[in-house]
Amino acid sequence: MLLGFPLLSLAIWVPIIAGVAVLFTGSDRNAHVARVIALIGSVLGFVVTLPLYFGFDPLASGFQFVELSPWIESFSVNYHLGIDGISLLLILLNSFTTLLVVIAGWQVIRERVAQYMAAFLILSGFMNGVFSALDALLFYVFFEATLIPMFIVIGVWGGPNRVYAAVKFFLYTLLGSLLSLVALIYLYNVSGGSFSLQEFYRLPLSLGAQILIFLAFMMAFAVKVPMWPVHTWLPDAHVEAPTGGSVVLAAIMLKLGGYGFLRLSLPITPDASQYLAGFVIALSLIAVVYIGLVALVQSDMKKLIAYSSISHMGFVTLGIFIFNVHGIEGAIVQMISHGFVSGALFLCVGVLYDRLHSRQIADYGGVVNKMPVFSALFMLFAMANSGLPGTSGFVGEFMVIMGAMKANFWYAFLAATTLIFGAAYTLWMYKRVIFGAVANSRVAELQDINMREFLVLALLAIAVLAMGIYPNPFVEVLHTSVNDLIAHVMQSKLPVQ
Amino acid sequence: MTTMQKLYLLVPLAPLYGAVIAGLFGWAIGRRAAHWVTIIGMVICTLASGVVFYDVMQGHLYNGTVYTWLVSGNTRLEIGFLIDQLTATMMVVVSFVSLMVHIYTIGYMADDPGYQRFFSYISLFTFSMLMLVMSNNFLQLFFGWEAVGLVSYLLIGFWHNRPTAIYANLKAFVVNRVGDFGFLLGIALVLMYFGTLDYAAVFANAPNLAGNTIEIFPGTVWSLMTVICILLFVGAMGKSAQFPLHVWLPDSMEGPTPISALIHAATMVTAGIFMVARMSPLFELSDTALSFVMVIGAITAFFMALIATVQYDIKRVVAYSTLSQLGYMTMALGASAYSAAIFHLFTHAFFKAVLFLGAGSVIIALHHEQDMRKMGGLAKYMPVTYVTMLIGALANAGLPPFAGFFSKDTIIEALHASPLAASAFAYPLAVAGVLIGGFYSFRLIFYAFHGKSRFDDPHHPDVKEVAAERAAAGQHAGHGHDEHAAPHESPWVVTLPLVLLAIPSICAGWVIGEFVFGGYFGSSIHVIAAHPAIATLAREFHGVVPMITHGVSTLPFWLALAGAGTAWFLYVVRPELPAVLRRKAGLLVTVLMEKYGFDRFNDWFFAGGARRIGNGLWKGGDVAVIDNVFVNGSARLVGWFSTVIRHFQSGYIYHYAFTMMIGILLLLTMIFI
Repeated sequence: MLLGFPLLSLAIWVPIIAGVAVLFTGSDRNAHVARVIALIGSVLGFVVTLPLYFGFDPLASGFQFVELSPWIESFSVNYHLGIDGISLLLILLNSFTTLLVVIAGWQVIRERVAQYMAAFLILSGFMNGVFSALDALLFYVFFEATLIPMFIVIGVWGGPNRVYAAVKFFLYTLLGSLLSLVALIYLYNVSGGSFSLQEFYRLPLSLGAQILIFLAFMMAFAVKVPMWPVHTWLPDAHVEAPTGGSVVLAAIMLKLGGYGFLRLSLPITPDASQYLAGFVIALSLIAVVYIGLVALVQSDMKKLIAYSSISHMGFVTLGIFIFNVHGIEGAIVQMISHGFVSGALFLCVGVLYDRLHSRQIADYGGVVNKMPVFSALFMLFAMANSGLPGTSGFVGEFMVIMGAMKANFWYAFLAATTLIFGAAYTLWMYKRVIFGAVANSRVAELQDINMREFLVLALLAIAVLAMGIYPNPFVEVLHTSVNDLIAHVMQSKLPVQ
Repeated sequence: MTTMQKLYLLVPLAPLYGAVIAGLFGWAIGRRAAHWVTIIGMVICTLASGVVFYDVMQGHLYNGTVYTWLVSGNTRLEIGFLIDQLTATMMVVVSFVSLMVHIYTIGYMADDPGYQRFFSYISLFTFSMLMLVMSNNFLQLFFGWEAVGLVSYLLIGFWHNRPTAIYANLKAFVVNRVGDFGFLLGIALVLMYFGTLDYAAVFANAPNLAGNTIEIFPGTVWSLMTVICILLFVGAMGKSAQFPLHVWLPDSMEGPTPISALIHAATMVTAGIFMVARMSPLFELSDTALSFVMVIGAITAFFMALIATVQYDIKRVVAYSTLSQLGYMTMALGASAYSAAIFHLFTHAFFKAVLFLGAGSVIIALHHEQDMRKMGGLAKYMPVTYVTMLIGALANAGLPPFAGFFSKDTIIEALHASPLAASAFAYPLAVAGVLIGGFYSFRLIFYAFHGKSRFDDPHHPDVKEVAAERAAAGQHAGHGHDEHAAPHESPWVVTLPLVLLAIPSICAGWVIGEFVFGGYFGSSIHVIAAHPAIATLAREFHGVVPMITHGVSTLPFWLALAGAGTAWFLYVVRPELPAVLRRKAGLLVTVLMEKYGFDRFNDWFFAGGARRIGNGLWKGGDVAVIDNVFVNGSARLVGWFSTVIRHFQSGYIYHYAFTMMIGILLLLTMIFI
């Protein structure tokens, strides 16, 4: 029954249509209407993704909920959608996060409310598009389209240095992805006029061609992840972005990179992926260690969490490129968990920022005396960020370290240093902000979180704990997809001589 | 599910319920309800543990899954219970000490605004610790391992407005993470080679993999078991505070005293000891790893005991004593005397809990004064505390017939009987440590409880010294009420646990025959024939009374007595002498007061070094090179290039006309020449 229903199209278009509807409310005089429509839209957007999980057959190979209709017939571009277990989790995460962002921005955003809400709803639709596109051009269009709402979000509702950050974000990511368009057009020609990803998967390619294509893709995805050394846009973007922007950026947007590696790089260029795996792993491990140390010395909370994000995303690329089940499943789990945890941490900083208008650690101290409920939730997320077992943060890191050990002792060794660095930078920040005597008169006037803030953080807390205590339901849906992917990668695509 | 299986679940879940109710709804239900709900949970837990213990003694073991945590590839990771003699012993110790501490807390924390939170934490701790000891696999062990670390972190920093407390809890967590780093790598190696994290499957397969080697550095071949065991033991070094990861434990005394007793003496810090005993089928396969364990234990046992002799803070004396005793347990593990190590863990849990809770009783009687220089002569004011602490000190010093004698003496004998070469290093240190142990235990008793009372005498040189130190540290000189408030015995909620813990501190050692030598642990501990220490001792063991009569004829007994006698001479007979000695032995005292310089070194080298490297990478790498040269540099390059080529689009028609003409000329030249 569910199979006949265009669920994926709903997942994409419900938020976009809701976003456009919100735009029609116009100026801030109708702000409340805009908020209500946005809330309804985001709830609906989340609800329509739930049947995807319950209708998903975790044992079936290939793509499910497939929709196929022609789009630009002269270039045989199709509106071709379908998901596997990997996309499924990311779509759910995306729709869930959008809902939280709408609630989180409810009172905080007072200017251009409709446009703010609309940007996030439309962005959410585009991301679902990326996660479900099976046509390369469709993928590319959605992939690039996500830049626009985020550019606007940072540039309009951002902090004092927002223009620099927004332009840096835009150019960095756009330049990265242009080469991937070249690669896609090359593949279109080689395949004899098709943009179908599944067609690309079957295409035999010489190692030289694969390496070039791989590097072109990698430019796009490495910037998005972001991998060292193309990560420097992220701290700036986070610092300047409004809370909602940071949440979506960390929770979803970075995942486009990891997803791209899994959906495009690995299956289209399996030989190049293996050939260059050592290079990617080296960059990933540099991210874990180097960025872990850099995070330690940050004095701006958002910057610290941004660096922590980069370090955690190092686990994603590491896990993907060790090509075993633990590694890849761990990488995907890490993406989902990072969505919950870093999203929650940015919301926590947002809660403080809304009150004191400062992100500087030095401006705080002793917050627990005034905001005990908030501090308890913040503690949970800080611990999740440190990878404490029982929280989602542990699961992905654990699986990747287990997988890395199978590849090489030193990979696991370097990756496991996150146990020390992650705890050190997160808890040191927590200590300076939350613990201690009340630091100044402004902290003394802090009010604990209200019901709306509590709701958002509590939902995330439940997600973090659920995934930590019982991760199996999250991982179950991945097995077939990941096994198929690994089997595919292990099969050479070099042309038979 | 059978009745026993339900009971197994009930043991950890009862404290968890208490923790959740007191933690999430403590604000609503109030203080009394919070302590009742957690204590009832603990009573249920303790009784259920007792029943499980009895059932295990009847020979009913259990190994089963509760739920599947995660499946990935061919790996099934599960949450499950292994109930055997080792587990049952730990369950009884943990639940009993925890119950005592819960009751004690009613008195100790009576005036604290975080009362409900405290009860929630200690119940949560008990849950975590029980999950750790009841686990049937490495994963859940790691879960419990980190969870007790979390609660320890929360409790050390319980008084979160104190800078020292929040420094100590961060330090404790990060240092423990260094241990866990090794531990997790060890677990990863186990998973890689055994394909499972289930104890039973791993232990059964271990002998088959004993011959495997692993090349960590190119060209060096290591025995797989040695690498796995040493990595796992690094975890134990963190949690059980073994040199050089011991640095967090003394600072953890910043937490409220009940948790010092529960977490930092009786239970959590012994998790490492328990873990190695649990892993005996692996450790038995590597003499190298066992030797490593023994050496680390010996260093900890002796050198930490030395620090205890110069401390003034009553809790720190007990803390360093704990470090030393943990060193003894670790040495025993290295000698393959696992049962002796667990036996010392068992007796130590009682007598060290007595010492900590007794110290806490003194501290509240003196209005949160912890410095022994401001105590003295307390015995007549606090008789119950005095007698129970005296029992604790006698047991700690290892004097017969108190509990500590049996366990410590067995460890020393086991080291003597160990065939490993490392025992030649460990044995002398263990024997010498007895002298020190006798001294610091009785220094505490004589200094705090005997002699002239100093808490009411602001002109006593010791008290003046404290005042001068505090003034130098910028603290106010002391509480004004010290002079007129005479200390009095603590309420029954405090003294009852003391008495209930003092009883096993006397007689827990008497079960040694069955416990250590009588095959009590059954299959839960595995010792190979090539490590005969305990087997040798078992042949020579003829009962408790002969052991005592033999014990008083051996060196350790007289050393302990000599230590106690020295303390008596220095702090009762000639109380002016310690100050003179301190001046004479300036360098040695400085080294000990500085704790061998570990804290300074770690702060400078590791904490400072990481920050310096981080700053260098950030300012040098991210900002200067990547952003400035490449990102903004490429933007500047584009800008510069544009300014250059901008001149070609000047907008003046004659520029274009001129260029066109030059171009046409050039073309014509190329065509015609």
